[in-house]
Amino acid sequence: MNSLVIDIAILVLAGFVGFAVISKVPNTLHTPLMSGTNAIHGIVVLGGLLLMHIANGVLEHVLLVIAVAFGTINVVGGFLVTDRMLGMFKQKPAADEPAREEETRQ
Amino acid sequence: MTPLATSFVQSTSFIDACYIVAFSLFIYGMSGLTGPATAVRGNKIAAAGMALAVIATLLTPGVFTGTTTILLILLGVAIGTAIGVPAALYVKMTAVPQMVALFNGVGGGAVALIAWIEYRHDYGGSFALRVMIPSLFAAIVGSVSFWGSNIAFGKLQEIVPGRPIKLPGRSQTLLNVVLLLIAVTSAAILAAGTHSQALFVLGVLVVSGILGNMVVLPIGGADMPVVISLLNALTGLSAAATGLALDNPAMIVAGMIVGASGTILTNLMAKAMNRSVPAIVAGGFGGAVAAPAGGAGAAGRTVRSTSAQDVAIQLAYARLVVVAPGYGMAVAQAQHAVRELERALEHKGVEVKFAIHPVAGRMPGHMNVLLAEADVPYDLLREMDEINPEFSRTDVTLVIGANDVTNPAAKNEPGSPIYGMPILEVDKSASVVVLKRSMASGFAGIDNPLFYEPKTSMLFGDAKSSVSEITAEVQSL
Repeated sequence: MNSLVIDIAILVLAGFVGFAVISKVPNTLHTPLMSGTNAIHGIVVLGGLLLMHIANGVLEHVLLVIAVAFGTINVVGGFLVTDRMLGMFKQKPAADEPAREEETRQ
Repeated sequence: MTPLATSFVQSTSFIDACYIVAFSLFIYGMSGLTGPATAVRGNKIAAAGMALAVIATLLTPGVFTGTTTILLILLGVAIGTAIGVPAALYVKMTAVPQMVALFNGVGGGAVALIAWIEYRHDYGGSFALRVMIPSLFAAIVGSVSFWGSNIAFGKLQEIVPGRPIKLPGRSQTLLNVVLLLIAVTSAAILAAGTHSQALFVLGVLVVSGILGNMVVLPIGGADMPVVISLLNALTGLSAAATGLALDNPAMIVAGMIVGASGTILTNLMAKAMNRSVPAIVAGGFGGAVAAPAGGAGAAGRTVRSTSAQDVAIQLAYARLVVVAPGYGMAVAQAQHAVRELERALEHKGVEVKFAIHPVAGRMPGHMNVLLAEADVPYDLLREMDEINPEFSRTDVTLVIGANDVTNPAAKNEPGSPIYGMPILEVDKSASVVVLKRSMASGFAGIDNPLFYEPKTSMLFGDAKSSVSEITAEVQSL
């Protein structure tokens, strides 16, 4: 098989994996799911990294720096905001409630 | 490193192995998101996968060498970190939808720029179709996603008016179709072998950018959950296409998973509004509706207004109180006040539950995040199908800044624009208290008969101060 066929096979299989994994996510977690998957498509930053050394001239370098910066915002921001959100989901508070209140007040 | 170790680390097999581990971590991490207990860890695992993918890329021979290359890569990463980290750490939870739209937009922008560089790099040379086609696809979709997300951000941030902005009649749809055709035709001409930098920039990137603007501008605020998740799916697909062009398995898998999950979410949201995705993209829903269809006119119907004190008494002597929050709660930042009220009521022995409509707010699951931020335990939150049978034994339903998702016209008035949309059946409870700023209609611009029912009373004012007043009254009882 040539690499194109392999790549397309990977593409199709990944689509099915995506459907299978994500269809189990409850409504409660839809926002974190969206922002988490949002962070994952920041993987395009790899494209910027891979192309930087072949770029010629000022324009291409500027465009790639912007692309890498965009991709980094996407990845870093996405994962951090998801982490912050998920940290807020808690089960019914038990005895340690006063301590938690202190935390949330910050 | 010894030369042997260096050559091992830089070998294609090692780097490919890293990519495979990386995308396994993505998949494993995402599957952790199926439950609140495992979700935090799942997100961290996915982030670790991303770090591994970046390291593997930098180890690829030639990628991270040469002073200029290294400095520019570090510069890009530094700028991105300097913007992304504070944005993520300090954004208010009520503003998360626009943050996600923005992060999504920059992702799409990166895709479009990378596609441009790829085109330039092989400009005039032999550009194989297997690179050309995915690159052109990525350029179109990335550009649509970048501009579309920016408009979505503008609408959510209220920089751009939330109401639909569109050309009259069907001409908007026609214009969008023409724009899409121009972009696709330009791409086809380029793929057929014509090398033209201008055609790539103007015909593909710019036209797609205009298309992105034109598609999102006509979409009303209430449809934003669907739009954001659609744009998210598109950026994912374009990232997968970039992966195909660069022959990079990690990008293919990651992009495709996002594409698949975004598609699922988009469909779920559209179904929760009883609308089809094409109809939403065609736009013009929110605010375009003139008069309420059928039924009695506003004249002859009266609204009963109430006071915080009366509401407090009603709530304190109830057995079961259901809170139905909507976007109004987010706007008023009332989630912490609502949590205080819930505590005060629980203290009085009242059972409190929260009814969450799937499209309440401006992104899927928006209400869940806000209530979680205010420390409301997630086991008190009930999804629509779960809570609807319980309304008949509910004493008081407290509607806080929700409108269309509680509108009984969706069930009773076949002429209503939202007829058929599944709603929270709050009108089945013994009494309803609606907290609202004024009698203005919701984002969909549709009158709500619920407000005129005899068992409904309205408490006008800012949701946050109203809830705080009620809480104070409950505590003093």
